[in-house]
Amino acid sequence: MRVVVASGKGGTGKTLVAANLAAVVACLRDVVLVDCDVEEPNLHLFFPSEKKLLPVLADVPVFDTVRCDHCGECARTCQYGAIVVLSQKNLFFPEMCHGCGGCEIVCPQGAITMGKREVGRIEFSRPRAGLTLVSGVLNEREVAAPRVIREALRYAAGHPLVICDAPPGTACPLVETLEGADFCILVTEPTPFGLHDLSLAAGVAGVLGVPAGVVINRSIGEDEIIWRFCRSENIPVLWTIPFEKRIAELANGGKVLTDEIPEMKELFLRLFAEVRHRGEAGL
Amino acid sequence: MIQVAVLSGKGGTGKTVVTGALAEFLPGKKVFADCDVEAANLALILSPRERARIPFFGLKKATIEKKSCVACGLCAHACRFGAIRNGIDGSFYVDPVRCEGCGVCAGVCPERAIVLLKKQDGEIICADTDLGPLVYAELSPGSGNSGLLVHEVKKEAQKEVRDHDLLLIDGPPGIGCPVISTMSGIDTVVIVTEPSIAAMHDLKRLVMVSRGFSLSLCAIINRADLHGGYAQTIERFCADEGISLLGKVPFDPTVQDAVSKGVPVTRFGCPATIAFREIAANLSGILGEKASDRLKGRNE
Repeated sequence: MRVVVASGKGGTGKTLVAANLAAVVACLRDVVLVDCDVEEPNLHLFFPSEKKLLPVLADVPVFDTVRCDHCGECARTCQYGAIVVLSQKNLFFPEMCHGCGGCEIVCPQGAITMGKREVGRIEFSRPRAGLTLVSGVLNEREVAAPRVIREALRYAAGHPLVICDAPPGTACPLVETLEGADFCILVTEPTPFGLHDLSLAAGVAGVLGVPAGVVINRSIGEDEIIWRFCRSENIPVLWTIPFEKRIAELANGGKVLTDEIPEMKELFLRLFAEVRHRGEAGL
Repeated sequence: MIQVAVLSGKGGTGKTVVTGALAEFLPGKKVFADCDVEAANLALILSPRERARIPFFGLKKATIEKKSCVACGLCAHACRFGAIRNGIDGSFYVDPVRCEGCGVCAGVCPERAIVLLKKQDGEIICADTDLGPLVYAELSPGSGNSGLLVHEVKKEAQKEVRDHDLLLIDGPPGIGCPVISTMSGIDTVVIVTEPSIAAMHDLKRLVMVSRGFSLSLCAIINRADLHGGYAQTIERFCADEGISLLGKVPFDPTVQDAVSKGVPVTRFGCPATIAFREIAANLSGILGEKASDRLKGRNE
């Protein structure tokens, strides 16, 4: 089973929920925790441990300057504006390249071959018994987030229990993370911002056919706007986490709540039981 | 015109609330843009009056014309994104979520059965608010092309600028495609951070990315009293990196209360608002110097 923790809006507590869920489940069975927020991966901060690194490579054209006669066919076929051909030389902008290989196919001189460049890395660690952490990290100044997410998920594929921390937003990085998942936990906060972005993220889950449930975080007891939305969309509210300064302080300091507050353990286990029940039944 | 973007690295540190407060307290005529196109929230606090909606078309998507297709499978073989699938009846079709519009399939198809079609991926909205024009967007959930849409939103907002002095941008979280698109061509970045291990980590990555652009960096520590230790670490980091610290905002329940009620927090005389007022004055001083430097440069 693969569970994704998403939100739409940033900073609602995705990482908090994913980290604690994995921590309590790891006491019972093996779990792989995947950080798919590759622009700002934070799970490793809560589970400091020795890491193994593997690079994430993207396909890019390599130009043979001897064969190239600057005909410009490659630049005309490139839909992303990554190649500019001048009379004496070619300019290539690797961040714009999607690695489609179209330039290689159209080059009449056979002057282009596809090579590789590093756009990110995958970090592996085993911070505690039962828990494997796979973090996708996009290199600074790179844009190929979905590429790194795909690679991180590939390393977790086939494991019986995978929990993914999703990136914020509602575009391609979220789609990459959510596609094919068994259940999506949507973490929100009871504000108009939280609600607005929750409705967008729920829309993405809907489009992809992934069943979802909501966790309301930082509740101050006035959550009616979220409940109203969930009732009208027929999405279950799985749990409400109250706002407490102590929780904020522990999370800000990089602590795993369930290590510090014993009653939290029980609550996260209950959340997991609910998610597993719904994920397996496809509810 | 000066262009300022509010960014954060980590999400949920308070970019939109800060942008709303700066909109209120910065002097001069202003235009606003919400470049967090995947989850745009600035409109929720600026009460916009819509003026126009412009359709947004992202990259094209491939479509296979069934009647011309002979199911040779060359397209599926050539596609590096796994976007061409084989249906149960043996026919081929394009998965629009996977398709990146490269056109390789159309190029290799011997029957010319594949065409690239424009697809609407969202809308750009031009509006008026009591504080100045606002441009924001709605990206269709699950679409790609958010970086491209950011670029289009900025372009529309720049058209609104005319005799205004300042373009104030509410930016996206992260450091990837939409953030880089937001940063390109602007003058100043205001980073909203908070005292936590995660925000500190994300701040460092954002600063590293911004070093590729010629930008001046300022920072605000939001909810500064929620972790004294990390607040200090962030202050030291800013000093070391030459980032001007505009101010610290205390944790203040009035902020969430105001957001919940859809009222600008700046209407309350609460501790956060007092801090926002001082931050706007500090930023205004920095931007004023920049504007006069630029004027000098032009006159010389």
